[in-house]
Amino acid sequence: MTTVATAGYSQPGPYFGAYGGRFVPEPLVAALDELTAAWEFAKTDPVYQQELAALHRDYTGRPSPLTEVPRFAGHAGEARVFLKREDLNHTGSHKINNVLGQALLTKRVGKHRVIAETGAGQHGVATATAAALFGLECTIYMGEVDTERQALNVARMRLLGAEVVAVRSGSRTLKDAINEAMRDWVTNVATTNYVFGTVAGPHPFPAMVRDLQRIIGDEAREQLLERTGALPTAVAACVGGGSNAIGIFTAFLDDADVQLWGFEAGGEGVDTERHAATIGRGRPGVLHGARSYLLQDEDGQTQESHSISAGLDYPGVGPEHAFLADSGRASYRAVTDAAAMDAMRLLSRTEGIIPAIESSHALAGALELGRELGPTATILVNLSGRGDKDTTTAARWFDLLDKGAKQE
Amino acid sequence: MSSAPATSSPVETRIRATGGALVGYLPVGYPDLATSIEGAITLTRHGVDVLELGLPYSDPVMDGPTIQAATTRALEQGFRLRHAFDAVREITAASDVPVLLMTYWNPVLQFGSDRFAGLLAEAGGAGLITPDLVPDEAGEWLAASDAHGLDRVFLAAPTSSEERLRQATSLSRGFTYVVSTMGTTGAREGVDSAARTLVERLRQVSDEPLAVGLGISNGDQVAEVLTYADGAIVGSALVSALGDGLERLAEVADGLAAGKRAQPGATPGAR
Repeated sequence: MTTVATAGYSQPGPYFGAYGGRFVPEPLVAALDELTAAWEFAKTDPVYQQELAALHRDYTGRPSPLTEVPRFAGHAGEARVFLKREDLNHTGSHKINNVLGQALLTKRVGKHRVIAETGAGQHGVATATAAALFGLECTIYMGEVDTERQALNVARMRLLGAEVVAVRSGSRTLKDAINEAMRDWVTNVATTNYVFGTVAGPHPFPAMVRDLQRIIGDEAREQLLERTGALPTAVAACVGGGSNAIGIFTAFLDDADVQLWGFEAGGEGVDTERHAATIGRGRPGVLHGARSYLLQDEDGQTQESHSISAGLDYPGVGPEHAFLADSGRASYRAVTDAAAMDAMRLLSRTEGIIPAIESSHALAGALELGRELGPTATILVNLSGRGDKDTTTAARWFDLLDKGAKQE
Repeated sequence: MSSAPATSSPVETRIRATGGALVGYLPVGYPDLATSIEGAITLTRHGVDVLELGLPYSDPVMDGPTIQAATTRALEQGFRLRHAFDAVREITAASDVPVLLMTYWNPVLQFGSDRFAGLLAEAGGAGLITPDLVPDEAGEWLAASDAHGLDRVFLAAPTSSEERLRQATSLSRGFTYVVSTMGTTGAREGVDSAARTLVERLRQVSDEPLAVGLGISNGDQVAEVLTYADGAIVGSALVSALGDGLERLAEVADGLAAGKRAQPGATPGAR
């Protein structure tokens, strides 16, 4: 396996230690090469960077605030807890950071159509938003199961002018939506760019999405230094594919004293068959174009994951997380559905902030970390999305609706 | 790279001997293991020169709806990787038609590529077609296939650069899989003219056999493809036929094989 001491933690791709690469059908290689070249150029092109910075500022509302949450922290061993408020971005999550960058890139490579996969619908909504903004055709692939549990996001995407395709193959969730999007891409690659939503998939996606999301950590590091005069003791984020986590981790990779914690979806418990703890319970393999950890059976067939949070319900994980886990630079734990829902309610009641269920996994993790690290610790949590989309799930979980009440 | 002479590949030998080969695909385990084996043996008796047995996989990104539905059914029926070796053993005992496995990479990786290659060779299999393993990532498979004397078929696509076409043809053994159109597997009305152009480009860089796949579903298309390529690969049309039973499968295979004879000016070994 990889020796990290000489390599450093920042990896440009296509490989992250033993992980990453490109395990795709040959017809996609040219498109991936084209995208890689476009990204390598854009990354250092001042015109592109200025356009993107203006969009972040004037459209998304960046920089997103850093909010200290003392009443919540009272339940976290009296550690100081700060939230990086990606929930306040336009469209309600960190996904917009990546999508604006890739949509700009789509224009640059001269394509007029974008496709994307989505689980919870956040990435789909963000992509549909950017497509509307840039006048691009847009098709979103979403597992049929997810279109049912995130029906409101389907309506939002359609309102924004996107076509939403309910994917009925396989387990009818995010992983199958990715398969279907790849099939579309292989067929329509001449006109279409695939706006991938997370730091998984074939090169250049893990590196490109990381580069586009690192603004979260870059901002937060500066904001926290300004606020407290010190770096955090620990950084916490939820991990499905892992884009919000990589986004906040990257700025701290070389700060050896800062602990990096990823919280995976433990579902009904990692000792049951119903969880999405890919790093905790999976083993290395190839899925969706990259080598990384994945949940699979003995024959290498992908296993179905489970999480109350559609955005974390994915049996794979980005290859850079696999590398950070093996190297020990970041640590990963699982948070159950129940613990995440408790944290969601706690933040709502103590701070008046309703977090996404995805982000609630990071909050539950922060509660644990705070109790372990004690009152001298400062914990930075990536609040990756807002919880409006999860109101129905929460209402059902906590029995919040009056009997017979109906939303008109 | 391999030091094995080209003639050591049973697939290449067969393709060259036919002067235009029909390559037939069926997934192992569809509609059940026994019928899939019977189906493959049926193909060998109805004009199919090289068999391509698909291994059902949970995430088949290169496959269209027909093959997805069949392989999903096979997985639901309890397909396991070891069944593939049983199938190869039975088919090669009943016929001298060479048998390639078509498999996505992760199952082989999890099984252990060297162990997989060893068992496949021992069962009498000829090699692998690997739709999601590009030569760039294939180091482990190049070593395992060399060690066990197996064929390995990489893909060439209309969008591949000349450099990649050279790489695919020089590392492939048996034949190179010419992707006729940008898309997934499945029957289509016409075979894309991109196929002919791509074969012409490949002939500029290689003498290795070239078989065209994706979208070929009838004898006329087979005949057309064999005017410029060394093999025509048919999948979804056979899978659909097997869905209607072994008799229908034989009938469809006969129709496809008629395309070999219809090929104008076919002479064995000619190119």
